[in-house]
Amino acid sequence: MPSEYRLILKHVDQPGYTPDIECYLRHGGYEVLRKALALKPKPLPDGRVLSPQEQLRDEVMRSGLRGRGGAGFSCGLKWSLVDRKSRKPIYLICNADESEPGTFKDRQIIYKDPHQLLEGIIISCYANDVHLAYIYIRGEFVEGAKILERAIAEAKAHGFLGKNILGTGYDLEIYVHRGAGAYICGEETGLIESLEGKRPYPRIKPPYYPAVLGLYQCPTIVNNVETLCAVKHIIAMGGTEYAKLGTPNNTGTRIVSLSGHVKRPGYYEVEVGKVTLRDLIFDPVFGGGLRDGHTLKAIIPGGVSAKVFKAGERVKVPRRTPDGKETFAELDVLDLPYDFDTIAAAGSMSGSGAIIVLDDSADMVEVLANICEFFAHESCGQCTPCREGALWMCKILRRMINGGGRKIDADELLRIADNIAGGRTICAFGDACAWPVLSIVSKFKDEFIARATAAEARRGKQTVDSERGAQCAAEPVSAN
Amino acid sequence: MSFTVPQDLEARIDELVSRYPVKRSAVLMVLHALQEHFGWISQEAIEWTAKKLGLQPINVFELVTFYPMFRQQPAGRYQIKICRTLSCALAGSHELHKRICEKLGLDPTKHGPQTTKDGKFTVEFVECLASCHTAPVMMVNEQLYERVEQAKAFEVLSQCG
Ligand SMILES: Cc1cc2nc3c(=O)[nH]c(=O)nc-3n(C[C@H](O)[C@H](O)[C@H](O)COP(=O)(O)O)c2cc1C
Ligand code: SF4
Ligand code: FES
Repeated sequence: MPSEYRLILKHVDQPGYTPDIECYLRHGGYEVLRKALALKPKPLPDGRVLSPQEQLRDEVMRSGLRGRGGAGFSCGLKWSLVDRKSRKPIYLICNADESEPGTFKDRQIIYKDPHQLLEGIIISCYANDVHLAYIYIRGEFVEGAKILERAIAEAKAHGFLGKNILGTGYDLEIYVHRGAGAYICGEETGLIESLEGKRPYPRIKPPYYPAVLGLYQCPTIVNNVETLCAVKHIIAMGGTEYAKLGTPNNTGTRIVSLSGHVKRPGYYEVEVGKVTLRDLIFDPVFGGGLRDGHTLKAIIPGGVSAKVFKAGERVKVPRRTPDGKETFAELDVLDLPYDFDTIAAAGSMSGSGAIIVLDDSADMVEVLANICEFFAHESCGQCTPCREGALWMCKILRRMINGGGRKIDADELLRIADNIAGGRTICAFGDACAWPVLSIVSKFKDEFIARATAAEARRGKQTVDSERGAQCAAEPVSAN
Repeated sequence: MSFTVPQDLEARIDELVSRYPVKRSAVLMVLHALQEHFGWISQEAIEWTAKKLGLQPINVFELVTFYPMFRQQPAGRYQIKICRTLSCALAGSHELHKRICEKLGLDPTKHGPQTTKDGKFTVEFVECLASCHTAPVMMVNEQLYERVEQAKAFEVLSQCG
């Protein structure tokens, strides 16, 4: 039987559980921090001595934890890449920008259990010799920022934060930094620029890997809210124990944000890879199925940046047999285990863990128009393919929706998207805005053609001048 | 009217600036504080911020124009932000936006924020507010409203004094 596994959300939504520090302390709060701070240097058989910080980082490496913000990069590996030789200060930034459409998990932690996040941050900072950390929170979380400010003040008053934490001589300050409504601030280098007081233009990598040249050109760790909370549990239970949760290379739990056409939209914490998309959408403990009388049409498996799966689509993915051998299996997309690797092997990504379910009432042209409207609005404008392409795609779709569709539009959309994706831009936003177009147009091409055919017929068989280029094809046709 | 930042606000802003090793980093926080107090970011506010942080006004101005949350003109007393993005759209947020605009005598087809003539309401579409499971959602000033049916929206509007 599939079920939730509440580790991070253990207390959230329990009756009487409040965001203040007294409540957190009553539930064993900050005990893990005490444990981390009490670690002693550990002599190894070969004569080396492991510092407490190294021991903590080893636990995180052993846990197999992968980032919950979108890219699924190994947290332990990220920490190991931090330039510790430069003698520059190391900064940590908690990415609380939560702006990938479909995602609402960090909000639950910030609003309902802020001290858990603080404890995760403090432990992570201690493990990485960080003395100054920022929580970059999206501007619309006005109340969330206040809750965090309050929590920080409480933690300071209790000696968990500030100078000489719990008498250990360790100093750490955490400040809340508010964004102001721009999605691109979620991209880690855009975030860093924003935190430096500039426009959030993402930096080019190499050379600007945050672990080496981050905030103020110093080594910087950027981790998602949920990732940092997971660190607390890893230190509590040990990396090896944590790695027993979930599936190999896809360890631990993660919070799935489920929305769209399901009966029970919501946030569900599950062991990674232990439940399938079918479980998440149809099982009564999760989505509870589609609205009555409707059938499944499509699944967006990892925020609107992810490639869409079509209902009934069959995909070939690597599977491990019980004796550890790797084989291939052809599965219905619904039977894909919800993890990082399988969803990627199936051609998409689990991204921020946001699943949006679409039933047969969804018009895929309108769905894509909605998504492209988002990307056209949010492109930071640095790279020509992204800035222009996102807008062209949006304008074509707007025109299609307003009755001005042309049969060539589907291929035109694919052509533009193809010219944005694939490393042609400074940041991954370029791919993110192209993927929904590439997947939706190619998998639901009949809908685009049908809509355009009807529109062309209505307009009295106006033919399209094939010599007009992309720019003209992108011209909006007025609504009336 | 001359632009003056009250002493307590300036003290709060100085505290914000002290949170960063480089003053420039505080600019978003300073702009938020000023907008909260004055309701919008005027040219004077931009110049004041630049001076405070040792920047050129253009360094501040380019942020005000980039970040959607900053306004260069006053807004209504109640700012209504309706989520436009996919999960909310599937749950009828466009219909909701239209109804609210019509009710307040605004043009639902117009882009960007619109303010009612009496200066009471500003209505705008915004991108995903990270509460997609309770779609459709909207914010009135700092407060989030979930599962906003039309009747609920009108009730909220009528409670705005
Ligand atoms: C366009 C774009 C938007 C992003 N938005 C977010 C976001 O809102 N929150 C987040 O945690 N990560 C976001 N990311 C991912 C971050 O760049 C970064 O990978 C992440 O914060 C690292 O933390 P993690 O390793 O703990 O996941 C975004 C990435 C891109 C390319
Ligand atoms: S890909 Fe788009 S969002 Fe990213 S840096 Fe280039 S223009 Fe900006
Ligand atoms: S789509 Fe409206 S809150 Fe996410």
